[in-house]
Amino acid sequence: MFTIYRARRILTMNPARPEATHVAVRDGRILGAGSVAELAGWGKHQIYERFADKVLMPGLVEGHSHAMEGTFWRYVYTGYFDRMDPDGRTWPGAQSIDAVIARLREGSDALKDPAAPLSGWGLDPIYFGERRVSRADLDRVSATRPVGVLHASGHILNVNTKALELAGLLRKGVSHPGVPLGADGLPTGELKGPDPMMMASAHVGFDREVLAADELGLRYFAKLCVRKGVTTAADLANLLPEDAVGMMLRVTGEDSYPARIVSLLRLQLLSGQALVDRALALRARSTDRLRLGIVKLVADGSIQGFSARLRPPGYYNGAPNGLWYVPKEVMGEAYRLALKHGVQIHTHTNGDEATELVLDCVEEALRAHPSPDHRFTLQHCQLADAAQFRRMKALGMCVNLFPNHHYYWGDQHYAMTVGPERAERMNACATARDTGVPFAIHSDAPVTPLGPLFTAWCAINRRTASGRVLGTTERIGLDEALRTITLGAAYTLKLDGEIGSIEAGKRADFAVLEDDPRELGPAGVKDVRIWGTVQGGRVFEAAKL
Amino acid sequence: MTSPIPVTVIGGYLGAGKTTLVNHLLRNAEGRRLAVLVNDFGELPIDADLIENREGDTLAIAGGCVCCSFGSDLVAALRTLAAREPRPQHLLIEASGVALPGAIAATVSLLPDYANDGIVVLADAETARERAEDRYLGDTILRQLGEAGLVLLTKPDLVGAQARTEVRAWLEQFATVIKAERGQVPIEVLLGLGSSPLSGTATARHPSYDSVAFDTLPPLDVAHLAAALSNPALGILRAKGVLLDLSGTPRALHVVGRRSEICDAPPGAAGRLVCIGLRGRLNRARLAAQIKPRAAAAA
Repeated sequence: MFTIYRARRILTMNPARPEATHVAVRDGRILGAGSVAELAGWGKHQIYERFADKVLMPGLVEGHSHAMEGTFWRYVYTGYFDRMDPDGRTWPGAQSIDAVIARLREGSDALKDPAAPLSGWGLDPIYFGERRVSRADLDRVSATRPVGVLHASGHILNVNTKALELAGLLRKGVSHPGVPLGADGLPTGELKGPDPMMMASAHVGFDREVLAADELGLRYFAKLCVRKGVTTAADLANLLPEDAVGMMLRVTGEDSYPARIVSLLRLQLLSGQALVDRALALRARSTDRLRLGIVKLVADGSIQGFSARLRPPGYYNGAPNGLWYVPKEVMGEAYRLALKHGVQIHTHTNGDEATELVLDCVEEALRAHPSPDHRFTLQHCQLADAAQFRRMKALGMCVNLFPNHHYYWGDQHYAMTVGPERAERMNACATARDTGVPFAIHSDAPVTPLGPLFTAWCAINRRTASGRVLGTTERIGLDEALRTITLGAAYTLKLDGEIGSIEAGKRADFAVLEDDPRELGPAGVKDVRIWGTVQGGRVFEAAKL
Repeated sequence: MTSPIPVTVIGGYLGAGKTTLVNHLLRNAEGRRLAVLVNDFGELPIDADLIENREGDTLAIAGGCVCCSFGSDLVAALRTLAAREPRPQHLLIEASGVALPGAIAATVSLLPDYANDGIVVLADAETARERAEDRYLGDTILRQLGEAGLVLLTKPDLVGAQARTEVRAWLEQFATVIKAERGQVPIEVLLGLGSSPLSGTATARHPSYDSVAFDTLPPLDVAHLAAALSNPALGILRAKGVLLDLSGTPRALHVVGRRSEICDAPPGAAGRLVCIGLRGRLNRARLAAQIKPRAAAAA
C-alpha cells in the first residue's frame, strides 16, 4: 500500500516532466510524479486528497542558515521588520526607539523576578537615523534588571546601566575601540565586536552554551522550517562537540522531527589532519535527518561591520581594510587534506579579496590533489566580480550568494560600505548562472529571516528596503530562482541526487503551498502562503505544529 | 584587592617563532607561575615533555604553569584563568598569525584582573619583509608591527650579516628591536620585571643585557619621565617603576620599547625604578641624567 498525493499543481524541477498533478510515495520515497493513471501501475494505493487545492514544490532547501535562529525566539524580538516566530505569530517590526523600548518593557513586565535578565534581539538602529541606542534608553525598560539587546548583524550588543555595572564596565577610563564613551566618560552601553559583547553577554541572558546549539533551539528551528516550506536546512557553523552531536542525533531522530539538518563542522579547535579525521568520523554517523561531515571555514568578517577583506579600491567611506580570520597556510592545509580524503569544505568569504585568496588556495590544493566533483563552495561571496566567477567555474567550485542583503542593507552598501558600482554587482546571481557556476541563495538566518521564497524574491527583484533596485543585470527569473532554492542548494550540499526535485527515487520532501508561485509571479513570490511540508513522506501542517 | 596579573601579548605571523618562544619561556620560568593562552587553530603547541597533565582543555605544565586555547572567547578564558587557584603570576597570550595584538591588549584592558605589560611581535629575519609586501598579508603584518612595543628579530642566523642589518634597520621604524635566536631572550625582557614587589636589584643575568635600578626616588612628574624613558636613545627595552607623582600618589610605570603606560599603583613602597637594555646600548649616563634633575626639581 502506498499513497498518491493529488495536488492542484506540482512543480517538479524535473525538466523531463516539469509539471504533474499527482505524486506517489512509498516508505518516504517518491515512486513517481505524473497522472493518476500512470502512478496506479505501482499497485495498491490510497489517494490523499488533502492537497487537492494546494501546489506542491520540492521541499525547499536552505543552504546557509544557523539553528540559532530557533534559539533566539526565546528572547524579545526588536527588529525593524515584521517577523514570524516558530509558533506562527508574526511580530510587527519595531520602527522607532520608542517602539523597541515598549516591546522590551512588555517582556520585562512578564518576568516576575526583578533581577532576572531581559534579552532582546534583531535590533537594527541603522533605520533610526544617526541616533544610537544608549543605556539611558534601555534604563527606561528596567533599572533593576540587566537588559541586553543584540543587533540584527549579531556584531553589536546594547545594554543598560545595570548590565554595564555587572560586567564591570560602569567606570571611567575604559579604553577600547568597541566601547564608545559618553560625555560623562562612562560607556554609552553600546558594545561592539565579540570581546566587548562577551563582557556583558552572560549577564543579559545570552549565555554562550545556550547560543551554541541547544535542544529547544533545534526544535524551534525545525518548526520555522515547516512554516517556510523548508525540508532540509544547513546549520552552517557548529563546533559539534560530542554532547551536541549526541543531542542532535537524538532530537532529529524522533519520529516527529520535521526537517533534515546538515550541520557543518567549523574549523576552530581542530585543524589539519585532526580536522579532516573528525569530519570523516562525523560523516560516518550521519543519519537521514542529520547529515554530518562537511567542514566550514571562515576567511574574513562582514561588509557592514567593515571586517570583510576588500581588494582595492577598498571601503567607500575610507574605512581601513578588514580582518583575516584564519591564516592562509591553515586554510591551504585544510583544502589539501580535505581534497585528499574526499571531505567537502564550504568557506565564508564576504569581501572580494577573501574570495581571491580562497580561489588561490583551492587552485594550489587542486594541483596537489586533483579532484573531480569536490564542490568546494564559497559562502556569501558577496562582492565577487566576473573574473572570480570564471575562476570558480574553472576550479569546479560552487557559490552560495546572499541576495537578502540587498533588501536589508543594500541602501547602506550603496551609500557607505562599497559604494554604488559594487553595490550593484553584489551577489551576482546572473553572472554565476551565465558563467556556469552552480549556485544557491541563502538567508544566513538568524541574520535575516529564514524563508527561501523571500530569498528568491530578493534575487529576482534586487530591491532595497527603500525601493531602490540594485543591479538590474544581475536579476534572475522566477523559474531559475525556484530551481535555485531547491536543486541549486541541494547541489552545494551534495544532496541533489536525493532531494531538490520531485522525481522517482528521491526523498518524498515537498513544500505544500496555498498559492502557486507562478501565478503570483516575480513580484509576488514572497507572498506565497505556505500550508506546511511533507518531509520523508510525513505530513506537517504549519497550523498544527 | 590582589594586584592585576601582568599580560604580555605575543604576536607575529606563522613561522616567526611564537611557539618556540613560548616553550622557551615555559622552560625558563624560574619559579614564575605562567599562564599561556593560545588562539591558534588546532592542537596546543606545547612541547610534550613540558606537559604534566591535561584537565579538559587546559594543560598543566611543569612548575605550576598552565596553557589553554581560547578559541573565539578571550573574555571567558581570561575570567576562568583569573579565578584559578593558585593565581597565575604572569599571562602570555599567543595571538594567531593573523590576529592584531593591539585588539587583544584592548580586550585585556577591559578586565580589572589584568594589566597589559607590553606587546611583543616576532619577525622572522628571512621572511619578514617579503610578508610585509604580500598582497594579502602585507597590511596585517604592518599593523602587527605597528602595535609592537618590542620586536623580536628571530632566526637571525639564517641570513647573512648584510641582510640582518637591513631587516633590523627596517624593523626599527616600528619599535625597539632585539635579536632572538631560537627564542632565547632573557625572561625579564619579555615578561617585565615580575609582579612581585621590586627588589631594586633585579639584574638580567644574560651576558648581553644590562640593567640599572634606582631606589628611594622622590615624587616626580611620572608622565614626563615615561616620555623620556621611551626615547630610543636611552636604549631601554623595558622599565618598570612604582613612583610617587607630584601629588604624592603612587603610580605604576611600564615601559616596553618605545611605548609606556601609567596606571594606579596600590599604596606601599614607591620610588623605585628598574630599567633593562642591551649591554653597551643601555645609556646609563644619559639615563641618570634624565632621572636626577627631575628628582631634584621635585625635591
